[in-house]
Amino acid sequence: MKPKLALYWAASCGGCEIAVVDVEEHILTIADFFDIVLWPVAMDFKYKDVEAMPDGEITLCLFNGSIRNSENEHMAKLLRAKSKVLVAFGSCAQEGCIPGLANLFTKQQIWDYVYKQSPSTVNESGIFPQPINKMPEGTIEIPTMWDTVKPLNQVVDVDYYVPGCPPQSDQILNVVVAVIDILKNGQPLPPKGTILGAGDKTCCDECGRERKEKKIKKFVRPHEIIPNPKECLMDQGIVCCGPATRSGCGAKCTAVNVPCRGCYGPPPDCLDPGAKMISALSSVIDASEPEEIDSILATLTDPVGTFYRFNLAASILGRGQMEVRKQS
Amino acid sequence: MSWEPKIAGFLCNWCSYTGADLAGTSRLHYPPNIRVIRMMCTGRMDPVFVFKAFQAGADGVIVSGCHPGDCHYQEGNFKMLRRAHLIKRVLADLGIHPDRFRLTWVSASEGDRWARFSADFTQTIRTLGPLKLTSDSILEGTYNAA
Amino acid sequence: MSSEASGDKKLVNLTIDGRSVEIEKNSTVLQAAHKLGIEIPTLCHVDWMEPYGACRLCSVEVIKGKRRRLVTACNYPVSDRIVIETINDRIRRVRAMIIELLLGRSSNVPLLQELGKQYGVEKSRFGEGTEGCILCGLCTRVCDEIVGVGAIAMDGRGIKRRVATPYDEESKTCIACGACAAVCPTGYIKVIDDTRTEKGVPLEFPTGPTTSIYVKTLQSVPKVPVIDVESCIKMQTGGCGVCATYCEPGAINYNQKPEEIEVDVGQILISTGFQTIDLKKFAQYGYGRLDNVYSALEFERMLNATGPTGSQVVLKNGQEPRAVGIIHCIGSRDENHHRYCSRVCCMYALKMAHLIKDRTKAAVYQFYIDMRAFGKGYEEFYHRLLDEGVTMIRGKAAEVVEAGWGQRDEGVLLIRAEDTLIGKFREIPVDMVVLCAAMEPQHDADEVGRLFSISRSPDGFFLERHPKLDPTSTMTDGIYLAGACQSPKDIPDSVAQAQGAAARILQLISRGYVEVDPIRAEVVEELCGGCRMCNNLCPYGAIEFVLDKKISRVNDALCKGCGTCVAACPAGAITGKGFTNAQIMAEIDGLFAKPTQGAKA
Repeated sequence: MKPKLALYWAASCGGCEIAVVDVEEHILTIADFFDIVLWPVAMDFKYKDVEAMPDGEITLCLFNGSIRNSENEHMAKLLRAKSKVLVAFGSCAQEGCIPGLANLFTKQQIWDYVYKQSPSTVNESGIFPQPINKMPEGTIEIPTMWDTVKPLNQVVDVDYYVPGCPPQSDQILNVVVAVIDILKNGQPLPPKGTILGAGDKTCCDECGRERKEKKIKKFVRPHEIIPNPKECLMDQGIVCCGPATRSGCGAKCTAVNVPCRGCYGPPPDCLDPGAKMISALSSVIDASEPEEIDSILATLTDPVGTFYRFNLAASILGRGQMEVRKQS
Repeated sequence: MSWEPKIAGFLCNWCSYTGADLAGTSRLHYPPNIRVIRMMCTGRMDPVFVFKAFQAGADGVIVSGCHPGDCHYQEGNFKMLRRAHLIKRVLADLGIHPDRFRLTWVSASEGDRWARFSADFTQTIRTLGPLKLTSDSILEGTYNAA
Repeated sequence: MSSEASGDKKLVNLTIDGRSVEIEKNSTVLQAAHKLGIEIPTLCHVDWMEPYGACRLCSVEVIKGKRRRLVTACNYPVSDRIVIETINDRIRRVRAMIIELLLGRSSNVPLLQELGKQYGVEKSRFGEGTEGCILCGLCTRVCDEIVGVGAIAMDGRGIKRRVATPYDEESKTCIACGACAAVCPTGYIKVIDDTRTEKGVPLEFPTGPTTSIYVKTLQSVPKVPVIDVESCIKMQTGGCGVCATYCEPGAINYNQKPEEIEVDVGQILISTGFQTIDLKKFAQYGYGRLDNVYSALEFERMLNATGPTGSQVVLKNGQEPRAVGIIHCIGSRDENHHRYCSRVCCMYALKMAHLIKDRTKAAVYQFYIDMRAFGKGYEEFYHRLLDEGVTMIRGKAAEVVEAGWGQRDEGVLLIRAEDTLIGKFREIPVDMVVLCAAMEPQHDADEVGRLFSISRSPDGFFLERHPKLDPTSTMTDGIYLAGACQSPKDIPDSVAQAQGAAARILQLISRGYVEVDPIRAEVVEELCGGCRMCNNLCPYGAIEFVLDKKISRVNDALCKGCGTCVAACPAGAITGKGFTNAQIMAEIDGLFAKPTQGAKA
């Protein structure tokens, strides 16, 4: 009997699914080796099919997306129970990713904006989505949105992580091939919590740009200058999260003058990549007078959105606090 | 029992820690709310520790080092000064009152200054009240019934 | 010898005035004669320029077989077995004619008059011209060949021939080196030196070198001359090079360039010394404005036996001063400049007073705030000075002004001061004033401090590790201090400190190893991505970027363990031993942990 593979899509954009398909013809190898039992984006299975399985029936589950609502959480718990190996696949599942930035606000703030205040919304009667709607035709249930977006491991136990937004297809293939190899030859699995499909160094290690000692007098945004293609972007004043981001992606962004945004997550000993970027960047500001420091920092746009773009939900504070309202 | 501010203090070994020591040996009275962690230099002060302290239950974080120009390691305190400016901004963005974080300079001979700053910062935190970290339970109880 | 003779330096044998001499083949008769000690008169010849043969005064006779003929010794090449006569009737006649002709043109030149006496020419039949120039061409040749400037040249022909600048205009190329005047045998060319009085006494005696090649001081170690690149003609224009022709061992090397020499050392003793405060800041004392107002260092130079006046205390007009005033604490113990005491001034001022008393009859006045005779034997010296009759006035001088005409029989300058002991304002006429300028940190102390990662105290001098218990070390291991770079101090104190520092250095050398604090930063190479964020942060330059591995690395011996790089490493790839992230995070957790039931008991 073939080992069973499940792929699931919780709160995410779907890019991870596309990345899986991007392994091209190798998908056939995967389909050949595994018996795919759940893959909502590509195949028609029902949740009840999974619910009907005995626990531990699924050999490998690649779970992408963060936990945003009751349905995400239900499926996370369900797939945890049914899977031998549960992999948090992609940045959303690993650390909350872009959906996690919603943690800067409360659910009420988000709803108020989305369903009432946004310029394109007309909602005079103040109708908000209701989890349960009784209609003449019957009852409609929609998932309940949670207040806080959580990465997968804050909800269920996770065995392995594949970082990336999305994970690079070549890395996905590496991971799957390695898993097939392990299963075929009966080798021991890597230790729990291992980050698969990535390196242990930082993005800089893969970036071919020439780096100098850092001294920043002014931050610029990528559109403000034409970057020198050979020099480190940071040396040119562009905020690049590469130094606090795990290697593995092949530094594809910086190769085309786009600064690293940090999607491959923190490197092994990095406790909180956002805080580390704050520390590193402010340390190399070339100023000692408070006024000058402030004037240089003023050129830095949206530090939280920049440094915590992918990992706010997994950061030490986990989410924005409500003591002072963020100026949105 | 009434609420007492809990404050994390990160003090550099050469100036402020010694200064705080002097405050003690000089029998100066000041509030006991600051719980001190010694570091070699404020340059070692990682913003991670600030967030960690708030997460662990601190209502305020004070970092104190040598006066600018007097750093035992020459300019570690300038590194911290730069970080402090960004930390305050990020704290505000993250919804924590930036006044809950403070960077001060206290030299080894300024026990009285440390005592004064401790009292003042404790009073600031007392005025701000306890830092209530937003947790799921609070929020979900409020809005999900809708 | 034989091998040498067979080479370029082939020797020839010739006979001069009946004496035979062996000399290199390409020499001149003049050189051969000099070798024998035979004097041949010359006017247009110097050893260090190519022979020119303009004056013909060196005419001698060459005898080859029966043939005799007159040649000029300065440029006639020697050859084997020739016979030379340097003096005989014919030669004497020829030389006498040359001298007579020259005297006819320039009868006023002492050199020619002297030669005339030797050759029996009392009066020239060709007149008594007062031209002065004998057209020897030395000046034009030195300017062209040696200096390489060519500012002057021969102009005109026959009797109109003369030395001139192009079109008789003021030369734009002349560099005023004075070489033409120096070589002129008649003194026709003069350099107008407006820095000297008529008597030849320098208007301002120089405290620095007066030539381009000079020995810095007679006390220099090593005592070798140095060349001032800025003013050396050889180094500026490629000409001259005269000093090399005089240096027999050939030790002069014009190609020497300032070079940086890298020396690997384990410990460094900094003794960069001090500078004195710029006295021009003190307009009230007239330094640089009034004549005969000197800084103590300039005056010290004057007292020096190798100094410009040969240790004589003289005024600019060459006379001995009638009274000298020494003003203490210029810039020291002064709220507006340096609050500290420069410590050495009291004693050197006393020494100067003693020497002035010793060498002149001048009255000496000391204007002091407090007399600080703190060292061994110092107080005794002070009392000796009182016995010698030095006048001590307690009070800082307010200003130095030119004395009015009525006071000039005592001194041309007037020191105005308050005498705090008698509570009166006083005006003391003197001829000379010596200002005891404050010692202050070197102008580049900040740079040097940064280079060695050492701090400076508020007064700007380098900061010792501990003022009492460790006055020779600094906060940076392996860097020591000695002398006035650490604080103003006199020679005994500097020597003591330097010896202490040397002992500290030897201590480590003899032990052979260095103990370092365990608090150090370390880069985990497997995690370092080489972003170089940390490189610039280390105040000790302990972080190096390893190019081939594309990682940064911490030098254990240089790291002080401040942890700045640990905090800043965005990858968390640097750990700070003793203060690791895990340790500090655990501390934070511990600080705010809720007390357990058990813990309360």
